[in-house]
Amino acid sequence: MLEIVLISSLKVMVIMAAVLTGCAYATYMERKVVARLQHRVGPTYAGPYGLLQPIADAVKLIFKEDIVPNRVERITWGLAPLVSFVPALLTFIVVPFGADIELFGRQIKMVGSDLNIGILFILAVTSLGVYGIVLAGWSSGSKYSLMGGIRSSAQMISYEVGYGLSIIGVILVANTLSLRELVEQQASVGDWFIWRQPLGFILYLTCAIAETNRLPFDMPEAESELVGGYHTEYSSMRFAMFFMGEYANMLAVSAVGATLFFGGWQGPYLPPVVWFILKVFLFMFFYIWLRATFPRFRYDQLMAFGWKVLFPLALLNTMVTAALVML
Amino acid sequence: MPEQRTVTLNMGPQHPSTHGVLRVVVELDGERVVKVTPVVGYLHTGIEKTMESKLYYQALVCTDRMDYLAPMSNNLGYCLAVEKLMDIEVPEKVQWARVCLAELTRIKSHLVWLGTHSIDLGAMSMLLYTFRDRESIIDVYEACGGQRMMTSYIRIGGLAHELPVDFDKKVRRVVKQVNEGLADYENLLTNNEIFINRTRNVAVISAEDAIAWSLSGPMLRGSGVKHDLRKANPYSGYENFDFEIAYGKNGDAYDRYLLRLKEIRQSLRIINQALDGMPEGPYRARVPGVVLPPKEDVLYKMESMIFHFKIITEGFKAPVGSVYQAIESPKGEFGFLITGDGSNRPRRVRVRPPSFINLASLPRLVEGGMFSDVVCAIGSIDIVLGEVDR
Repeated sequence: MLEIVLISSLKVMVIMAAVLTGCAYATYMERKVVARLQHRVGPTYAGPYGLLQPIADAVKLIFKEDIVPNRVERITWGLAPLVSFVPALLTFIVVPFGADIELFGRQIKMVGSDLNIGILFILAVTSLGVYGIVLAGWSSGSKYSLMGGIRSSAQMISYEVGYGLSIIGVILVANTLSLRELVEQQASVGDWFIWRQPLGFILYLTCAIAETNRLPFDMPEAESELVGGYHTEYSSMRFAMFFMGEYANMLAVSAVGATLFFGGWQGPYLPPVVWFILKVFLFMFFYIWLRATFPRFRYDQLMAFGWKVLFPLALLNTMVTAALVML
Repeated sequence: MPEQRTVTLNMGPQHPSTHGVLRVVVELDGERVVKVTPVVGYLHTGIEKTMESKLYYQALVCTDRMDYLAPMSNNLGYCLAVEKLMDIEVPEKVQWARVCLAELTRIKSHLVWLGTHSIDLGAMSMLLYTFRDRESIIDVYEACGGQRMMTSYIRIGGLAHELPVDFDKKVRRVVKQVNEGLADYENLLTNNEIFINRTRNVAVISAEDAIAWSLSGPMLRGSGVKHDLRKANPYSGYENFDFEIAYGKNGDAYDRYLLRLKEIRQSLRIINQALDGMPEGPYRARVPGVVLPPKEDVLYKMESMIFHFKIITEGFKAPVGSVYQAIESPKGEFGFLITGDGSNRPRRVRVRPPSFINLASLPRLVEGGMFSDVVCAIGSIDIVLGEVDR
């Protein structure tokens, strides 16, 4: 018993540490890549190639004054950053990041918790993240924040449907809800589910961007209209929490995407963990690339796109896949 | 008490996309805009009044600070007005150089517009690209007048100095760079579905309305009215150049975007012609007692030295009378009404500010639209608060 507790808590600690570092370096990567795409150089001062920049940022944000505006609802306002951050972290518990290894004569699974309903768990948990944004928008006592919150709840609900449906295709093909089994089914490149679910993959990618509030779907923030939206009134670490939440979310959907469509940690020569990280950051690169390229949708266009394009396509994909699987 | 169904949102004066300190009071019904009231005056510096207390040549520096994104255009407008009042003929070379610089300024102003408008719509890379190209134009400014923004290079009766020796080479490099840049911008935006969605049929104004609201510049031509002062009422030798007026059709933000890109291309055309045909000659008119004599004369000739001293210390006296001279600045009709009263200071200086008048049409452009369109419309009008508030 003690053994299981020990192993589990160790695994959780390692995963958390890895994800938090990943978040920090995702910001570094974003700044560097966007800078390069825009004829700039990005951070260079902190450490070699600016590699210590995320740490410098964190230190700065921790020492910033924590300003609490008078009109906020204290409790919900304080909770909101946590609510948006924690669900993003929880996703990683069920994502496998390597093959089983043997350590001290014991078989250890390289996954936080091998749930047999992994995908359902992910869907359930990622949906919770929106509460953080809604609560933040509502409790800030600012009209800009409120609009950001309302926009984001509408957007999340719309895109959650497409997100879920795009995954169902894979589940139908694989006939399992466990992420570990999903990965095992995609042993070689030819077995990757992206070949069997190309439309599903595109839908997943699109909905995932909307899920994580990234450009071109960054309605809730829309700094040129809403001056930051739901996090306008936040400062210091509370503000940082939202951003860590956003990056953790990006990493989460990237990790899930890599697992569902690109064979997760499977790959030749390199160790599985490296393959996993590579695939995740490939997704991240794609997001960053999009951000540097596209303008933002307008709110009504975003909703129309979600319900009139993505939703029917996702339904179609599900039905066709189901029919093919039946045959 | 009636039930309140709308939310009043105060946008600005500190807001990322009001292009300065414009304040817009927006009444919203959900995401829909019911009423929009632009509030101006946060950057009022009394430039017109200040100019009235300055000598004619001193007042010039105030003009840079109005539309600070197009300083050379403002200089040109003011100098042309004073030259009209004083009845000064400038040498041909000055005219060509002024046209060249004014068109460079148009490109520079349009590049800033393109960058800020795109970042308002969320396309953030555009800002960096356009500013990269704008930088090369500023380098030309620096080579000419020593200043990068507040140039005051175009002076009454000519230019401040001779054009720099490598002017031709520098400007040709700018032309090349902007040409290459334009291809990038078109790739990124012109056929971009999201960009088209955001700007097509947004902030629409019909040709009749545009005339009725006395709009000018791209705002007017975007609606299909072919009116450009460079053609309609040529100044500074624009009649010698071969170029076309760009105009739109629907009067929406997308048309104005296409139009401004076309204008940049036409400006490049004019600049090429100006460089090819740049005549030789003095860089200043010779009008004793009004325009500064050449520096070498000041050093060796008694009369020149006296004139130089007198112009610097007490300026020149302008005749009694009013003149109005308008130019086609990047933002529209930029006019100066100058009234002389026989003294060495203008009695009255009144500016016709294009972006102030264009801004007045904002409620008409966005009422009934979505909240995000307000940002798009403000960007599309292309305002500079320095000029709106003066």
